[in-house]
Amino acid sequence: MSTTAGGLFGTYGGRFVPETLVPALDELDAGWRDAQADESFRAELDELGRTFAGRPTPLTRAERFAPGKRVYLKREDLLHTGAHKLNNALGQAVLARRLGKSRIVAETGAGQHGVATATVCARFGLECVVYMGEEDMRRQRPNVERMELLGAEVRPVDFGTRTLKEATSEAIRDWITNVATTHYLIGSCVGPAPYPEIVRELQSVIGREARAQFLEAEGRLPEVVLACVGGGSNAIGMFAGFLDDAQVRLVGVEAAEAASLGTGRAAVLHGARSSVLADADGQIADAHSISAGLDYPGVGPEHAWLRDSGRADYLTTTDDEALVAFRELTRLEGIIPALEPAHALARVRELDEQHVLVCLSGRGDKDLAEVLAH
Amino acid sequence: MKTLVIYLMAGKATPELAAAAAEGGADVVELGFPFSDPLADGPVIRRAGEQALAEGMRTEACLECLARARELIPRTPLVPMTYAALLEAYGWERFVEDARGAGATSLIVADLPAGERPEVRRVQLVAPTSTDERLRVAAQQTDGWLYLVTLTGTTGARKEVSPALAGLVERARAVADVPLYAGFGISTPEHARATARLCDGVVVGSRAVEVAQEGPQALRAYVRSLREALDSL
Repeated sequence: MSTTAGGLFGTYGGRFVPETLVPALDELDAGWRDAQADESFRAELDELGRTFAGRPTPLTRAERFAPGKRVYLKREDLLHTGAHKLNNALGQAVLARRLGKSRIVAETGAGQHGVATATVCARFGLECVVYMGEEDMRRQRPNVERMELLGAEVRPVDFGTRTLKEATSEAIRDWITNVATTHYLIGSCVGPAPYPEIVRELQSVIGREARAQFLEAEGRLPEVVLACVGGGSNAIGMFAGFLDDAQVRLVGVEAAEAASLGTGRAAVLHGARSSVLADADGQIADAHSISAGLDYPGVGPEHAWLRDSGRADYLTTTDDEALVAFRELTRLEGIIPALEPAHALARVRELDEQHVLVCLSGRGDKDLAEVLAH
Repeated sequence: MKTLVIYLMAGKATPELAAAAAEGGADVVELGFPFSDPLADGPVIRRAGEQALAEGMRTEACLECLARARELIPRTPLVPMTYAALLEAYGWERFVEDARGAGATSLIVADLPAGERPEVRRVQLVAPTSTDERLRVAAQQTDGWLYLVTLTGTTGARKEVSPALAGLVERARAVADVPLYAGFGISTPEHARATARLCDGVVVGSRAVEVAQEGPQALRAYVRSLREALDSL
């Protein structure tokens, strides 16, 4: 497991937030430590995972997609609500109830985290407000409708990039304003400490299950594990299962024009220091990706640290390459992936390694309009 | 005498605006160095920041703006207010040195809470949510005065003075021996007077930024109306 001291991953992470939020982060941190030490918290999450979310998710061999290789897909697309986001949303909702919060605020890009959050709020009877960029609302219309059906209020963010970056800023501003009653249910392993650690731990179920399943299927560990990286939560959850297996190569795949790790620099965004698409003055640059979930100029601080330490490698995939992988997995395996994990799939066949594990973080129903338009 | 602090966003016309604010009776001028993702700011200052960035107000240009304001109003304290991202990019020590060199008398970093980077000498902010322990740390580390955030929320005009302020002032007085200036949400002379009854001064930001768009004359008159409200106490 990663070394985290004072909410830092090496020199990344920390807490760059207005004073108003510091006591709330302290309270969250204490509540999280308390929950982790409490056997009943883990038992409740396990129970919800099995009976509500559909865990464990299967591992599927992708033989026709990658003939000659032993490629396996970890099927987070089969989780309730269609993506790995529910692992985190369920865990944080249980945590929020322990903290006595009755209102949840969240940001969403692709809409998957918004749907997961709206779902757990419906399940637990919590008030739910989701901020979403106008551009993303256009690209991910079905998810907006699902959130509203689930009882969430979706608030459009109509300034700046009109995408996940601005939605995140607005969610944090809402939290600053309503901090007494509200838990900010952040969707990725980003944000001020202790969020990156909380999200990693809640997503680490992906890696734990996948490691055991791969061993079961192949009698050995994979040589390489791939996952797409926007904020990086499915990747950090998958990597968490293999960090101590030094022989397993970890590969994150970013969208080529949203490569916070590939082309970013150390900067401060949304409460943490990480590798960010920013200019020499520290002003945040725009990211671009066909995939709304990867269209974010920042990334979790732990990924920046894994990159610097050499433990993980980070590659990129273009929009066109992701579209090709999307279509091929659909036609060859009968699985429609989300555009986000299609970025990881696009790098699979060129790998030297034979034994490959890929996190299929979500399903592609939400992306049909975008894909058919290209 | 109550202290009047006026916030202006850095821009090409800002040195003259700062001079107008001083003529109108501002005791301190805060100079916003814009950041693309300002978490503590409401719509008015966020938009002003976007516009300033579009006009090229990057860190170097902001420092030049500060230096020109310093030439025009040599005796008025000038305090850059910005976000950690700018210091991270420019270099924390270098930023502090160059800001001082350009005429800054202190510094405010909206997303650098008390206890973090104590070597960066700055005016600390405290909020109604701050614990007594955090108030104590902020009071110990602050540079000259303590900035009381009157409400839980972002910058921007409100209809009423925050009911949370009186309690915050009381708790801050118990641990701080520096002046207490309150900001966030204050826009009218009536607000300023009501707020200043409770503490030692007020900070006016969003409304000043709006009025500044009408030019130095309008800003001077607006600041004078705030000054007169404070002086009538």
